[in-house]
Amino acid sequence: MIFNNPFSPLSELMPSIVMQIFLITMIAFVAIGTLIDIIHKKNVKYFFQNAKKAKLSATKKLGSGEKVSIIAKTIVYDIGTTSELGAGKRRVAHLLGMYGTILFWIGSAVMIFCYSSSSSIDTPLVWPIIWHLGAIMTILGGCWFWFFLRVDVYSEANPWYRIIKADLFVLALIATSLFGLIWSYLQSLNLNDRWDDKVFLVLYVVSNLVLFGGVYWSKFAHMFYKPGAAIQKNLAEADGSRDNLPPEADAPEKFGLGIKREAPKHY
Amino acid sequence: MSTFVYMTRCDGCGHCVDICPSDIMHIDETIRRAVNIEPNFCWECYSCVKACPNHAIDVRGYADFAPMGHSVRVRREEEKGTISWKIKFRNGKEKNFVSPITTKPWGKFIPKLAEGEKPNQGEIKSQILYSEPEGLNTKQELPSVPKDSFKKGVYY
Repeated sequence: MIFNNPFSPLSELMPSIVMQIFLITMIAFVAIGTLIDIIHKKNVKYFFQNAKKAKLSATKKLGSGEKVSIIAKTIVYDIGTTSELGAGKRRVAHLLGMYGTILFWIGSAVMIFCYSSSSSIDTPLVWPIIWHLGAIMTILGGCWFWFFLRVDVYSEANPWYRIIKADLFVLALIATSLFGLIWSYLQSLNLNDRWDDKVFLVLYVVSNLVLFGGVYWSKFAHMFYKPGAAIQKNLAEADGSRDNLPPEADAPEKFGLGIKREAPKHY
Repeated sequence: MSTFVYMTRCDGCGHCVDICPSDIMHIDETIRRAVNIEPNFCWECYSCVKACPNHAIDVRGYADFAPMGHSVRVRREEEKGTISWKIKFRNGKEKNFVSPITTKPWGKFIPKLAEGEKPNQGEIKSQILYSEPEGLNTKQELPSVPKDSFKKGVYY
């Protein structure tokens, strides 16, 4: 199953152009949902106002070379490794989910646009592997987070089965990858046009519609906001404005050893 | 004054929820980030501000007496054992302070309440507080106010 392109046999059921239009529609859903979210929450307006205010209290003017270097460092370290989550399970689960999703989406786009028609050449093995690996990573990271690491459960003592609006994104992400994997597995069994794989294909399509169509209501757009915020934070640290925070302490030795913070688990 | 959360900095770790003595820091159901659900019950203890690993919590002065953009922010660096404060006055003047978080080993002076004996019903209803009178370095009986001496019309 892991070496099969699941979109290739699908071309017998529908032309590959339909799949391509579906994918473009999903991208349009993300763009429109994020735009409405920005207009409604006014967060980008606040973001630029804040950046303007920070510029006034800057103690150092950054050159464009410095800015580029800070942005590049932020992308590689802060965004690429989600450093804000610190060391621990939350970061590992987030990284699994994040890179799994990226692989899954890239794999889907390449296979749908390049290798989904019955007349096209055989799919190179690497793409189905990337697609399946991405789906597995997303399910692992997403389930680890949802079942064990949700802050509203471990810090607020809410029951694990309580679903809130903030779960829409992660649950839709898990559902998309899970239904996609099951659909791919059933397809690989050659069930001779039995109903099983069609059911999971429908579930896969529906979960995609919920994931991409629900951008305005879900946490989907945090994928765009968080990198922007990380870049602004690091630029503010470098230009001395630091969002009004004090500079890092140059601690004299008499201050003694550091301390270790307790994880929040008191409920 | 009350705390508020910069949503761009908060990563929803729950440290502020855990530490807030007023139990007013909670997790928002829409975006799973921290939020002060009852700003007028905040007593500006700064516990959450110091506990936040991302410096996502700030304290806002009420507009009637702090209208011109003062700021009191804090950076807690556990690995160095320091806590730094930056006070920005309304006229733009700034003051910076650095202090040790603690000079005692972490956890040494935290009472291990869970390991102690559970209080019985009589002790719970008693006017004597936990660890009294030994905690006050005395073995003498402490004074109490008997209920029958309460003013007429006051009931508990």
